[in-house]
Amino acid sequence: MARRYLLEFEKPLVELEQQIEQIRELARDSEVDVSQQLLQLETLATRRREEIFQALTPAQKIQVARHPQRPSTLDYIQMFCDEWVELHGDRCSSDDQALVGGIGRIGDRAVLLIGHQKGRDTKENVARNFGMATPGGYRKAMRLMDHADRFKLPILSFIDTPGAYAGLLAEEQGQGEAIAVNLREMFRLRVPVIATVIGEGGSGGALGIGVADRLLMFEHSVYTVASPEACASILWRDAAKAPEAAAALKITGPDLLSLGVVDEVLPEPAGGNNWAPLQAGDVLKEAIERHLDELLSLSTEQLREARYRKFRAMGRVLEPSTSESGLTA
Amino acid sequence: MSLFDWFADRRKGQFVGKVSQESDESDGLWGKCPECSQVVYRKDLLANASVCSNCGHHQRIDSKERIDLIVDPGSFKSFDRDLSPTDPLGFKDRRAYADRLRESQASTGLKDGVVTGTCCVEEMPLALAVMDFRFMGGSMGSVVGEKITRLVEHATTNQLPLLIVCASGGARMQEGMLSLMQMAKISGALERHREAELLYIPLLTHPTTGGVTASFAMLGDLILAEPKALIGFAGRRVIEQTLREKLPDNFQTAEYLQDHGFVDKIVPRTQLRSTLASLLRLHGSQPIKAAGG
Ligand SMILES: [Zn+2]
Repeated sequence: MARRYLLEFEKPLVELEQQIEQIRELARDSEVDVSQQLLQLETLATRRREEIFQALTPAQKIQVARHPQRPSTLDYIQMFCDEWVELHGDRCSSDDQALVGGIGRIGDRAVLLIGHQKGRDTKENVARNFGMATPGGYRKAMRLMDHADRFKLPILSFIDTPGAYAGLLAEEQGQGEAIAVNLREMFRLRVPVIATVIGEGGSGGALGIGVADRLLMFEHSVYTVASPEACASILWRDAAKAPEAAAALKITGPDLLSLGVVDEVLPEPAGGNNWAPLQAGDVLKEAIERHLDELLSLSTEQLREARYRKFRAMGRVLEPSTSESGLTA
Repeated sequence: MSLFDWFADRRKGQFVGKVSQESDESDGLWGKCPECSQVVYRKDLLANASVCSNCGHHQRIDSKERIDLIVDPGSFKSFDRDLSPTDPLGFKDRRAYADRLRESQASTGLKDGVVTGTCCVEEMPLALAVMDFRFMGGSMGSVVGEKITRLVEHATTNQLPLLIVCASGGARMQEGMLSLMQMAKISGALERHREAELLYIPLLTHPTTGGVTASFAMLGDLILAEPKALIGFAGRRVIEQTLREKLPDNFQTAEYLQDHGFVDKIVPRTQLRSTLASLLRLHGSQPIKAAGG
């Protein structure tokens, strides 16, 4: 296994892991039986890891969500589908590498899969623009979703972006318009849409492929209205207050579950999905198939009406005469 | 639009141009144009829709002034006036969200940042939403989202054309993801309005940015904008940081957006009402006599 990239708060585990590694080497080179010692140390390491990951702050969860080895859209597609054809282009002028899509088979169902794609290393990240899609990316996603609508393919969307790309060309090509059209048109789709925040969900760039019948989220994923860094520099006038902003913005799965934004939070192993990608794949696949079964039992009209009602209920307002409304329990 | 409007503009321009500058700004009768520094008599400025008759600068106006400019006198019926914000996250930055809300409510007399209702324009019925930038920078929280959504639904049910006057810094961060979700909620309602083959026109005023741009501002059948209004998705500063190069001078102005195909027409404020009436007529609106709404 490749060397693991450790996050700052995982540093207490470094020493333990080094010891474990040393003992393993020792065992390889000699006849000494170290299995007992090894087991003890590994149990200890597991317990420490669980303790750390049960108590993650929102700011730490962001680090897990952005972990370079966290499974990406194409990783999940590879894990789910034995048949998969990637499709390219927005039919205007571009093929955004930060937002990928194609058709594949999950179980015995053909589905459309789309998602933000970050890179593993600097070189790939440059090609993928760090998962920040351009207007062309959102238009490509919409073109593929229209295709799915025509051929009755359920849509699986994977959200993993710091936000839509902010740049001269993106403005010129209508970043706002591209996202806006997706928000409207996704309400029109006659096929089930399941979106999952697999890493970080950054604002409008995430929502641009996130109008779904079910919104799932991994335990250490985050979904934010604005990046905590930006929020801190605007509201606190101090970017260093990002951890405070991360906590105040309520960006974690449990928070968003209680606000009625997210439908289900999927568990991760201690150490995060990067620690056990295959397990993450199994968890997500099970959840997606379960929700697909439910959604496919609805008629087109029921499906669209339920999607409308789901978003219609979001928000909290105070009616003048009655008490708080908006969010159903 | 009409020649008459154009002449009216010209005449006022000459008049204000001759105003002497020995005025006292503090008495509130006189004001200075922030763009060209021309000193103008406030009454004249108001009579000219708060547009500087010297340089054409469009001063920011609040929701009440905007409504008065658009609707037939006395025809506006407001909806959900008392729908109020809550503090769903218990948000506190340097200051508590609850305090910011109270302050904005006290200074504007509004419960939140949008006024919605029905009205008539040259006796033709219209559903109208006007965002008020004075209220926390026109930011969009649950109340803004809910009031606009209810208005769009009302327009769909009652077969009304819809105008939303946008003025917003984007999502209201203090309501977290609930504010982001308002973008989707409103877009969903607009999808039904569109499905019903009804006309929706957003008017983009200074500034229209962030989540509002990435939702209802850009979803018009026809998109209008005020001259020189700042319109964009990402903030200029953010883009400069990513690019490390200078942006064009007219970057993210209404004119820039029109050049790139995202705005149908730039409408000077003095011609707004007549332009709207024209567009409504051309899309089949009929005048209704008396008891409107
Ligand atoms: Zn002026």
